[in-house]
Amino acid sequence: MIDKKNYQAFADAHAPKSKIWKNLLFAFLIGGAICTVGQGVLSFWKSAGLDTEAAGSATSASMVFLGALFTGLGLYDRLAKYGGAGTLVPITGFANAIVSAALEFKSEGYVLGMSAKMFTIAGPVLVFGISFSVVYGLILRLFGG
Amino acid sequence: MEYLKAFLVGGLLCVVGQVVIDRTKLTPARILVAYVIAGIVLGALGVYEPLVKWAGAGASVPLTGFGYTLAKGVRRAVEEKGLLGAFTGGLTAAAGGIAASILFGYFFALVCKPHEKS
Repeated sequence: MIDKKNYQAFADAHAPKSKIWKNLLFAFLIGGAICTVGQGVLSFWKSAGLDTEAAGSATSASMVFLGALFTGLGLYDRLAKYGGAGTLVPITGFANAIVSAALEFKSEGYVLGMSAKMFTIAGPVLVFGISFSVVYGLILRLFGG
Repeated sequence: MEYLKAFLVGGLLCVVGQVVIDRTKLTPARILVAYVIAGIVLGALGVYEPLVKWAGAGASVPLTGFGYTLAKGVRRAVEEKGLLGAFTGGLTAAAGGIAASILFGYFFALVCKPHEKS
C-alpha cells in the first residue's frame, strides 16, 4: 500500500536521475562554451591594444550585446531550454533577462512597459550588487581593510 | 590553453548554479543575485582574483565576475578617495557592463518582436 507519507519516498526513488545529470552536463557544456566565446572576445580586445582592465570592460559590454542580440532574435531562449544555468549564469544571461522582460511588456508602452519592466530581474541584481559593494567599501574605510 | 581554462572554469561555475536550481528551485533572479553577492564576497576575501588571472573570461563572464568587478573597484576607490570611494568605486568599475546592458537591452527589445514562449 502506498500512503501519502511513503509516496514521496517512492516518487523520489523513481524520479529520473539521468535528467539531473543531463542538466548538469548541458549546463557545463553550454556555460563553458559561452565563456570560451568570452575568452575569444577578451583576446580580441587585448590584441586591439586595450589593457587588461579596459579589455575586461569591453568584453562585458560585448557579451551583453551578444546576449541581447540573440535574445531579440529568439535564439537565446532556445539555447536556454537546454542550457539551464549554463545560459543563466554568464553575463549574457543577465542581458537575456533584461531583453526578455522588456519584450514581454512591450505592449504596455515604452516607458512604463519596457523601460520599467526590463529591470524585473536585473534590478534586484543591481540593488544587491551595488549595496553590498558600498557596504564592503564602508567596512574597508572603517577597519582599514 | 587559455580557452580550455575559460571553458572549464566557466562551465563549472554554471554547474554550481544548475545544482542549486535542481536542489532548491530558486528562481533565476535569486540565482543571479546570489552569484553577484558571492562574487563580491569572494572578491573581498581575495579568493576570486587568482581565479580571474588563471581562467580569464571563465571567471569574469559568469555573474560572479560582475560582483568581483564591483568589489575590486570599491577597494581601489577607497584607497584613492577614502569614504567617497565606497560609493563611487563599484559603479565606476562596472559602468561599461551596466550601461551596455541598459542600452543594448532596451534597443533590442525595441527593434525585435516578442517571441512565443514554448
